[in-house]
Amino acid sequence: MVRCVSAFLISIAFAGSASASTLDQVKSKGFVQCGVSQGVIGFSAPDDKGNWAGFDVDFCRALAAAIFNDANKVKYTPLSTKDRFTALQSGEVDLLSRNTTWTLSRDTSLGLNFAAISYYDGQGFMVKTAMKVNSALELSGATLCTQTGTTTELNLADFFRTNKMKYEVVAFATADETLRAYEGGRCDVFTSDVSQLFAQRLKLANPADHLILPDIISKEPFGPLVRHGDDQWFDIVKWVLFAMIDAEELGVTSKNVDEMAKSANPEVKRLLGTEGKLGEALGIDNDWVVRLVKQVGNYGEVFDRNLGEASRLKIDRGLNRLWNKGGLQYAPPIR
Amino acid sequence: MRGFARSVRDRRAIALQAILVFCIAALVWFFLENARSNVAAQNTKTGFDFFWNTAGFGVVQALIPYDETSTYFRAFLVGLANTLLVSALGIVFATVIGFLVGIGRLSSNWLVARLCGGYVELLRNLPLLFQILFWYLAVLASLPAPRNSFSLLGVYVNNRGLILPRPVFGDGAEWVLTAFVGGVVLALLFRAHARRRQAETGEMLPTGRLALGAVVGLPLVVFLLAGAPISFEVPELRGFNFVGGLRLIPEFVALLIALSTYTAAFIAEIVRAGILAVPRGQSEAAYSLGLRRGLALRLIVLPQALRVIIPPLTSQYLNLTKNSSLAVAIGYPDFFALFAGTTLNQTGQATEIIAITMLVYLAISLTTSAAMNWYNRAHAWVER
Repeated sequence: MVRCVSAFLISIAFAGSASASTLDQVKSKGFVQCGVSQGVIGFSAPDDKGNWAGFDVDFCRALAAAIFNDANKVKYTPLSTKDRFTALQSGEVDLLSRNTTWTLSRDTSLGLNFAAISYYDGQGFMVKTAMKVNSALELSGATLCTQTGTTTELNLADFFRTNKMKYEVVAFATADETLRAYEGGRCDVFTSDVSQLFAQRLKLANPADHLILPDIISKEPFGPLVRHGDDQWFDIVKWVLFAMIDAEELGVTSKNVDEMAKSANPEVKRLLGTEGKLGEALGIDNDWVVRLVKQVGNYGEVFDRNLGEASRLKIDRGLNRLWNKGGLQYAPPIR
Repeated sequence: MRGFARSVRDRRAIALQAILVFCIAALVWFFLENARSNVAAQNTKTGFDFFWNTAGFGVVQALIPYDETSTYFRAFLVGLANTLLVSALGIVFATVIGFLVGIGRLSSNWLVARLCGGYVELLRNLPLLFQILFWYLAVLASLPAPRNSFSLLGVYVNNRGLILPRPVFGDGAEWVLTAFVGGVVLALLFRAHARRRQAETGEMLPTGRLALGAVVGLPLVVFLLAGAPISFEVPELRGFNFVGGLRLIPEFVALLIALSTYTAAFIAEIVRAGILAVPRGQSEAAYSLGLRRGLALRLIVLPQALRVIIPPLTSQYLNLTKNSSLAVAIGYPDFFALFAGTTLNQTGQATEIIAITMLVYLAISLTTSAAMNWYNRAHAWVER
């Protein structure tokens, strides 16, 4: 009887503590729990030394640098497309930084918020060069492999239906299973977001035998997600991304951040916290941008290192250039 | 006095149990309330309205009409049908293989007994997920692309599956089907007659040959008389893949093979145990009456062994059905993959969908065990 009642009281006590703010929880446990993909080269995959690396991983590291002044205070939870939202909803991870497309239904009925757009992508198709296909419109009757629970799966259905083409789709739970089935010849076409096609092609035995078709059939804006109901955490995640973009725009890099901190430019001074108390408004230290740029880099550096010219993927920056360089990356001012 | 003491004890027991029930109810209420308030705090959508929204995704194998514009409810039914199909066929194949291997393991033929023993030890000691992936990946990798399919008599095998000619029923086909059903009924009636006759006179009638004539011969004659109304649509290669014909997708074939051979290994052991549980005196008595080994097994040993076999067999059937949810690993669109996977992900309503999934598997399992229990009662010892 006593045991029964005490169990009841303990569970009520736990329920009470569940409502503490995400920032406080992160600070008290000492690390950010970050949901990433299960191994997409360039976005989040373990490197030669077994450390997680990639564009999405670097965002988590920047967040940890801003909060703890230590980019390594992150723990990663690799999540499949199928499990990712439940993991965030249930509080298993503090945020998702996991090439996830921003859509209305995900932003509303899933109870999640997309903080901002970190990568502009679109859905494409990869086929074997030997098939002599040059356009997605020649794919009528084809079998396609894709990942289940993605916008890809839905766009695909829309695209083939709109163009009155027949198709067959085999949907797998993870990216690797999908790729294996494509490589085994189960499908004629591997379809996913173009950045993923580039990344997955590197895993194939002979990447040169596979062609990524020029057609882009959808808009796929990726960004980090947080749960509804904690605006402070939402703001921090959002502004860490904006700060990385603004840092690139203002020419602040991991190499020159210390000199830039002495700059007289008021915009740079506000960004780096030498003027005003903007960091404190977010609930973190004032030199948050100095920390994250120094330890992780600005948006351009992170892109180049993981996806662009300095990486194996060599993806053109395209839409992800800054707004003043012909792209779409535009962050609100830090002031 | 004693009556009073007992009533005090009874009352105390009742009070304690009432408290226990209250505690459990409070705990359940607490969890439900907590889930409800958490969901409300997260602002997630709740309820079952999503069933009537457009699913918007394609499915590779649907037994009922389905396309991207269908509702989530239809996707739910498609998944359920796929699970039931692979489970039902799996149960049939597992039972047949299991009985053959189980009996074979007791064979006096050294080679047969060892082969069956090896089968059991190999298959039941490897994880099922591994076996599913083996059948899927190893078999898929060794099959040719559609353009270089293996073919035999209009049947094609390639890495897109097994493609069979599809029967096309023309005018008059219903007569052939009627003749087939009539043939089956005739054969059953004749068997009942032959049994009665044997019980009365001991004379054995050639049931097998006559039944074959009724089931195969009768429809064949009608088929020819009606002017061959059933033809076959032969699949042909067009563009990327074969068009027409009936196609079994590799995911289905791999899952079916893996589930039936794996479960068969357990059933074989159950059958062996059941046969060994029948006292040796029974088969010895049968031999001394002059029954041959096969007949003694079929008429004397197996009917008695079944009483030991059926209860654990039920568990294996339930296992097979539940194990079919491993389909998710190879992309077979079973109930779990389609509903607790894709639908959950597209709608995000985890609580409702997981609850429904639980209820559906529970319903399938309870129905299976109810049917098996009925069969078991029908075959239980009748004490005279």
